[in-house]
Amino acid sequence: MIHNLLPYMMAFVIFAVGLYAIAVKKNLIKAIIGVIILEDAANLFLVLVGYRVPASGEPIPPIIIARTGAGRPAADLLRNAVDPLPQALVLASIVIGLAVVALLVVLALRLHQKYGTFDLTEISKLKG
Amino acid sequence: MERLLPLLVLIPLGAAFLIPLLNFAGCRIRWRVSEAIAVLVAVAMVLISFGTFGRAPVSVWLGSSPGKSELLGLTERSPAAQATAARPAGVEIDEVVPGSAAAAAGLEPGDVITGWRSPSDSEFRPLRSINELRRENAALRPGSTIVLHVGRGGRSLEFNLPAGKSVTGIAMFGDGLTRMLLAMISVVSLAAVLFSLNYMQPYSKLHLYYAALMLIIAGMNGVVVSGDLFGIYIFMEVAAVASCVLVGFGVESVELEASFKYLILSAVGSALVLLGIAIVYSLRGTLNLAQIAAFTQHAKPNDALLLATAFFLAGFGLKAAMVPFHGWLPDAHSSAPAPVSAMLSGLMIKATGVYVLARLVFNVLGVSAAVGHVLMAMGILSMVVGVLLAVGQWDFKRLLAYSSISQMGYVMLALGVGAEALARGTAGAGLWTDIASLAVFAAMFHLVNHAAFKGLLFLSTGSIVYRTGARDMEQLGGMGRAMPWTSFFMRIGALSISGLPPFNGFFSKLLIVVVVVWAGHWVLGGVTVLVSLMTLVTYVKLQRHLIDGETPERFRNVKESPFFMQAAMGILAAACVGLGLFLPLLKPALFDPSAQALVQQLSGYVTFFFGG
Repeated sequence: MIHNLLPYMMAFVIFAVGLYAIAVKKNLIKAIIGVIILEDAANLFLVLVGYRVPASGEPIPPIIIARTGAGRPAADLLRNAVDPLPQALVLASIVIGLAVVALLVVLALRLHQKYGTFDLTEISKLKG
Repeated sequence: MERLLPLLVLIPLGAAFLIPLLNFAGCRIRWRVSEAIAVLVAVAMVLISFGTFGRAPVSVWLGSSPGKSELLGLTERSPAAQATAARPAGVEIDEVVPGSAAAAAGLEPGDVITGWRSPSDSEFRPLRSINELRRENAALRPGSTIVLHVGRGGRSLEFNLPAGKSVTGIAMFGDGLTRMLLAMISVVSLAAVLFSLNYMQPYSKLHLYYAALMLIIAGMNGVVVSGDLFGIYIFMEVAAVASCVLVGFGVESVELEASFKYLILSAVGSALVLLGIAIVYSLRGTLNLAQIAAFTQHAKPNDALLLATAFFLAGFGLKAAMVPFHGWLPDAHSSAPAPVSAMLSGLMIKATGVYVLARLVFNVLGVSAAVGHVLMAMGILSMVVGVLLAVGQWDFKRLLAYSSISQMGYVMLALGVGAEALARGTAGAGLWTDIASLAVFAAMFHLVNHAAFKGLLFLSTGSIVYRTGARDMEQLGGMGRAMPWTSFFMRIGALSISGLPPFNGFFSKLLIVVVVVWAGHWVLGGVTVLVSLMTLVTYVKLQRHLIDGETPERFRNVKESPFFMQAAMGILAAACVGLGLFLPLLKPALFDPSAQALVQQLSGYVTFFFGG
C-alpha cells in the first residue's frame, strides 16, 4: 500500500506549475518551458507508480555480483526490483516529449522571424 | 486477418520513412514519386480495411499470448489496520476472476495469503503485496508451481499455484467498432490524398507533406487497432505531432500561430492521459485493455479509478475538442490546407478522441451514472457553444470548424445517454439495454456520417479557396454558376449536415433526438432539436454566401476545379448519399457489430479477447 503520499502530491504540484506557466505566461518560450515541466510531472508520477518497497526494508542496488552462491542475488533482485514497465513507458514518453518540444521550438523561431517578438499578445491574429 | 492488422500500421509508417530517402533525386521527381506512393498507400489502406470485413473479428498478440486461465486473477483488499487471528497479516483477496489460475487453484474471496514458498523450500516467505505475488508467479518456469500459505476463517491451508504467464507482447484487435472506424479512416484518407494531388500544387516541399500525411494515417490506424494503453498513447502522439506539422504547412504567420497553439494544447492533453494511464497501471498492474477489463469486471468501484476516468475524460476530451477544451480547434482547422482540415476534422478528433474515450469508458473502465452524466454535459455544452459560435462566423473554414465541435457534441451526448442507460439497467435485455443499444448505434452512425459530410464540406470549400484565393464569405458569392460540380457537392454536404432526408445526417440526428427523449431527458431533447435548427441556419448562410447570390467582379472568370479534386469530393458525396439510402443494408453489416462491441461492456470485451 502507499505509505507516503508526499511524492505523489509533489508530482501533481509540479503538474499544476506547468499548467500555470502555459495558461498565464505571455512569452512563447515560457509556454514551451511550461510544456516541458508538465511532461516531466507526468513522467515523474509514472516512475513513482513503479516503486516497490523492498522486502528487507532497504533498497537493493541493481548490481548482480555473483550469479550463484549464497543468497541467490539474481532472484533477490527480481523479487525486490522496482517495476520496469512504467520506466519503459516513461522512456517512450520522454522521446515523444523531445519531438514535441523540438517542433514547438522550431515554430517559436519561425514566429519570431515573422513578428520579431515572442510576445503572445502581439502574435495573436486569430481571434473569434 | 491476423496479418492484416499490423499491416495497417506498418505500410503507412514504411511509406513515411521511405519518402525522405528520396532526397537524392531532384525536387520535382521527389514530389511526383511521393504523390504516387501516397496514392498507392491510400488505395492499399482502403482495400485492407474493407478486406477485414469478410473475416471473423480477431485479437492478435505479437509476443506471448496468455489465455485467461493463465492470468493470476486476484484483486486485493486494503489491509486491515491490525492483524488478528481471524485476519492475519498478509494479502487479503477481494475478488477472484473466474477461469483464472487463482480460481483453478481453489482460492476464494476473503482468503488471506500470508506467505509463499517454492516446493523445495521449507520456510514460507512473508507476502506483503499482490504485485509481489504477480511477479513471482510470472517469473516461474512453466510447469512449476509455488505453494501459498493461506488463512481462511482461522485455519491455515496450503494451495498450489501453477506458473502464470505475464503478457510480454503487443496486443492488436479488430472487432466491429474497430473495423467500422478503419473503413471510415481509409475512405476519407483516400479522398484527402486525391484532393491534395491538385490542391497542394502551389506549395513546395510536397514530399514532406505526403510523409506527414502517411504518418497521420499510420497513427490513427494504430490507435484504432491497438489493444493496450501503451500502443494507444504512442500512436496518438505520432498522429498529433504529424498533424501539427501539417497544420503549419504553409508557413504563414497565421498558420504558425495556429500550429503552435494546437501543439501546446495537444501536449497538455497527452500529459493528462499519461497521468490517467499511470493511475490505471498502479491499480491493475497491466496496460493491456483486456486484462484491465478482466480485473475491473469483478472489482469494487474504486475512487482512484474514478480519478483516472476523470483524467481520461479531460485528456481525450481535449483531443476530441469538447467544449471546455476546444480552444485549439477553430484556429488549427481553419489554418490548415483544405485536405488536412478534412482529415483533422473528419478523422483525428474521432479516432484519437471520441473513439478512445468510448472504448475506455464502455469496455475497459466501466460505465457509471456519474460518467454518463459528465459525457452528456460535455456533449450538450459542445453542441450549444459550437453552433452559436458557428453562426456568426464570416470565414467559412472557421464556421466549419466550430460546426465540427457542435457535431462531436451530438456524438458525446448520445454516448452519455447510452452510458447512463447501461449504468441503470445492466442485467440482460430490458428497457435500458434497448435504449443503450440505440444510443450507441446512433452515436457511431453520426460519427461516420460526420466524417463523410464534414470531409466533403472542407474539400468543396477548399476547392473554392483553390480557385479564388478568398476565404471571406462577404467577398464571395455565386459560385454555383462558375463551379457547378463543386457547388453541387457542397450542397449535398450542407444538406446532409443540416439533417435533410434522404441524406445520412437526417437519420443519425433523428435517432439521437429520439433516443435522448426516450431516455427521459425531455429538455435535452428540445435543446438538441434547437441546435439542429441553428445548424440549418448556419449552413443556409454558407450556401447563400458561397453558392447562390451575385458573383463579384473579380471572380467572374473562375473555372471548375481539376479532376482529382472533383473525384475526391465525389467519393465523399457518394458516401453521404449511400449511407443514408442504404442504411437498412449497412446497419447489420457495419453498425450493429460496432454498437454491440460497446454495449457488451467489460464481460463481452474480455470474452472476445481471450476467447471465452
